[in-house]
Amino acid sequence: MQEISLNILDIVQNSIRADAKLIKITIEESPLKDVFSFSVEDDGCGMDEEMLKRVTDPFVTTRTTRKVGLGISLLRSSAQQAGGDIKIESKVGVGTLLRAFFSYSHIDRQPLGDIAAVMMSLISMNPDIDFYYVHRFEDKEFTLDTKELRTILGEEVSLSELSVAQWIGEYISSGLTEIYGGAE
Amino acid sequence: MKSLAELEAIKKKVLDNVNLRTEREEGVRVVVGMATCGIAAGARPVMTAFVEEASKRNLNNVVIEQTGCIGMCALEPIVEVYVPGKEKVTYVKMSPEKVAKIVSDHIVNGAPVSEYTIGAQK
Repeated sequence: MQEISLNILDIVQNSIRADAKLIKITIEESPLKDVFSFSVEDDGCGMDEEMLKRVTDPFVTTRTTRKVGLGISLLRSSAQQAGGDIKIESKVGVGTLLRAFFSYSHIDRQPLGDIAAVMMSLISMNPDIDFYYVHRFEDKEFTLDTKELRTILGEEVSLSELSVAQWIGEYISSGLTEIYGGAE
Repeated sequence: MKSLAELEAIKKKVLDNVNLRTEREEGVRVVVGMATCGIAAGARPVMTAFVEEASKRNLNNVVIEQTGCIGMCALEPIVEVYVPGKEKVTYVKMSPEKVAKIVSDHIVNGAPVSEYTIGAQK
């Protein structure tokens, strides 16, 4: 993965496969504190302790099409290369929380990349799941709550409508420009 | 900063479009492989290219969905196109550059782009 946002897209797939109904994605960037972190929290089926212990092993997967599962191990090595690590907490029937942190200034920390495109893809391809996205840069914050979008769209218009998807991507990009302190 | 109010306007437009169609016909499904292999190979820009290309042409009967790994990781990004009443077409080693041709030739005009399909991979 060349971007942290692609790792996020990949990690969220685990939550989707765990039948999550609500997925919270939080990204925190602080050059001042030298911290870059993100978390993915879901209300999916969760894992038992045995699986939790083995989940960073690339030869562990729940899939049946092949025998390796690289997502979490790739993320862990990206984080470790950049002075960080990952932590996973999970409870069967409750959900899973994955946190990844990196040293913001580490030369091997990958760039965040196009997170707006990642969020747009996730929301429009999974219109039945709610996403709560919080992105902080120092003390500024941007949030997007699909429940709020649903209230506006009503029942007849799905989050998977392409014009809606396109707007979501643009809305996030403009929100991020704002928290990064840039002008539009 | 863009505002949520714009979403109201989009909703109205979508609903007007729906009303124009006599009934909501079965649409075209574009299914993108979004497992680790697909994502690492570049599935995200392919997905966004489909959104851009289809919205540019106002194709409001197209839905983009995702699927997991189908076991052909070396051929990712993989995109399957389902046109109602036609056989599924599987495109492999996709790139954003290939998307415009698939949208115009296949989705709009009904002629699959055979050189991008899995059948052309020999």
